[in-house]
Amino acid sequence: MKTLTRERSEELKALCHQFRVETIELLHKLQTGHTGGSLSECEILVTLYMECANITAENQDAPDRDRIILSKGHGAPMLYRCLAEKGFFPVEEMQTLRQVGSRLQGHPNMAKTPGVELSTGPLGMGLSAGNGMACANRLMGNEAYVYVILGDGELDEGTIWEAAMTASKFKNDRLIAIVDWNKVQLDGMSADVMPIGDLAGKWRSFGWNVLECDGHDVDSVYSTIETAKELLNGRPTVILANTIKGKGVSFMENTNKFHGKAITDDEYERAMKELEVLR
Amino acid sequence: MAAALRDVYGESLVKYGVPDEKVVVLDADLATSTKSVLFGNACPERFFDVGIAEADMVSMAAGFAASGFTPFINTFATFVASICAVSAKSLIAYSGLNVKLMGGNNGLTGGYDGSTHHGIDDINVMRGIPNMLVMSPSTPVMMDWMVKTLVQDHKGPAYVSVSRQGAGEVYEEGTSFTIGQAKTVREGTDATIIAYGLCVPRALQAAEKLAQEGINVRLVDMFTIKPIDRAAVISAAKETGAIITAEEHSVIGGVGTAVAEVLTEEGIAVPFKRVGIQDTFTQSGSYAQLVEIYGVGADGIAQAVRETVARK
Ligand SMILES: Cc1ncc(C[n+]2csc(CCOP(=O)(O)OP(=O)(O)O)c2C)c(N)n1
Ligand SMILES: [Mg+2]
Repeated sequence: MKTLTRERSEELKALCHQFRVETIELLHKLQTGHTGGSLSECEILVTLYMECANITAENQDAPDRDRIILSKGHGAPMLYRCLAEKGFFPVEEMQTLRQVGSRLQGHPNMAKTPGVELSTGPLGMGLSAGNGMACANRLMGNEAYVYVILGDGELDEGTIWEAAMTASKFKNDRLIAIVDWNKVQLDGMSADVMPIGDLAGKWRSFGWNVLECDGHDVDSVYSTIETAKELLNGRPTVILANTIKGKGVSFMENTNKFHGKAITDDEYERAMKELEVLR
Repeated sequence: MAAALRDVYGESLVKYGVPDEKVVVLDADLATSTKSVLFGNACPERFFDVGIAEADMVSMAAGFAASGFTPFINTFATFVASICAVSAKSLIAYSGLNVKLMGGNNGLTGGYDGSTHHGIDDINVMRGIPNMLVMSPSTPVMMDWMVKTLVQDHKGPAYVSVSRQGAGEVYEEGTSFTIGQAKTVREGTDATIIAYGLCVPRALQAAEKLAQEGINVRLVDMFTIKPIDRAAVISAAKETGAIITAEEHSVIGGVGTAVAEVLTEEGIAVPFKRVGIQDTFTQSGSYAQLVEIYGVGADGIAQAVRETVARK
């Protein structure tokens, strides 16, 4: 099993902490944007972009680069922060998020934002597009990986399961889906809105390899993705990443309350204290 | 602050829907946003949140209707007009099923969420479906009447485009309306603005401003976009000699198109202009900013009237 060096692991953890703080600061300042889902996907995106995926600002047009699709497009703030870190655009541009004239739209637009591999926003479409990219790679002889990040609520969409069958049929073993399994969606807890049942069993019965990890532990995320990359057994792989919606700020955790609501001044200060930015 | 139509919608759904045992309400994980959650809290046994599964929801509603119920389905307008469209067409309208399709966050009211969440083509899509009644309320009083009418009187497929916001009241409490009959909000002689949704209160502001400049405009609330009130369009053209349509929707396929169809078929040539989104993808921004940028605010409407009247 591949592991991160101690040093690299600490670096990635620090980066995640920094991105959390910056995201909360930004969404508070702008009074708009999806906090809960951005915080829950943080370690997944950071580990993928900084470590596992072959994606750089320099290879952004190379046909054999890896692709990352954020199918849960409302998690755009953390995606954009990762892209800025990779040099796709200046970090300062983050301040224009969701503002008139910005390249950083509320939901990602591949025609506007460098580094965005697919326009998303309407849930349930990213995995199908991932199949298209994976099949295209095979036709072109590319050994690149396609990563698709899905919300757990997003799995309610029937198209996800259509795509799950398609991936099996076409043996897309370089397609790796990662479920940001935070057990919360928009209207409430996923178990109440739409009980997903035996999630691992569902994917397995659709012909997928199923791995599970702690989605807030960069070491666990890293090792699991690296394991998925090596499977190459003719089956697509899904990683069920156990996460917490709103991770990092106690009162934002495990609730739909901070799915998309603006952060108040009071909430902001309490969050910054918890994240040890303010004392 | 003007009452938001989505809040009025949620309250009216409780007021008229809860007492009627045939009313069932469905949502797709947007109940807290569409406000169908109010019905869900008041009447959990007739409320069905299916999760993020719009296609599932709308066909399930067809099943309810085929069993004698009156289902109201709820999600964003842009998703009703896309993900739900095949069922709306081939299951529901084709069969004349009594399903009420409620499209929330219409027009630009999705604001910061951006183009993927704005509903600027819903009227176009739903208008093209035979059998489908297409309406959009302009104010809280009309929103309340519309829910009441859909619950108590109207039978058959209907699509309603609902704003997340509100732009003020123009009607007296208890005003009665008739499906298919446009409401004249203001009399005038120099031009007519034909609008629906929040463009109605904004057009009224525009009309008041224009009156000070000596331009006297009629304002017609075309809240039933299909079937359109042909007589109201014809008399507006004949009596005022210029028509401006205004909608928070693409100029393609909305009320602008519907009015143009009537005028052309009637052989009436008057100066005519369509205020709306000019066949472009919209962008993120505050709702107020977007209304200005896309020219569908009071200023944009007033300017369109000036230009059109100048062509008379
Ligand atoms: C097709 C579609 N329906 C509804 C929505 C509105 N919506 C945005 S996010 C969301 C909840 C998503 O929950 P989940 O997938 O679990 O994401 P996370 O918890 O990571 O935020 C909903 C219903 C949408 N964007 N697209
Ligand atoms: Mg979730």
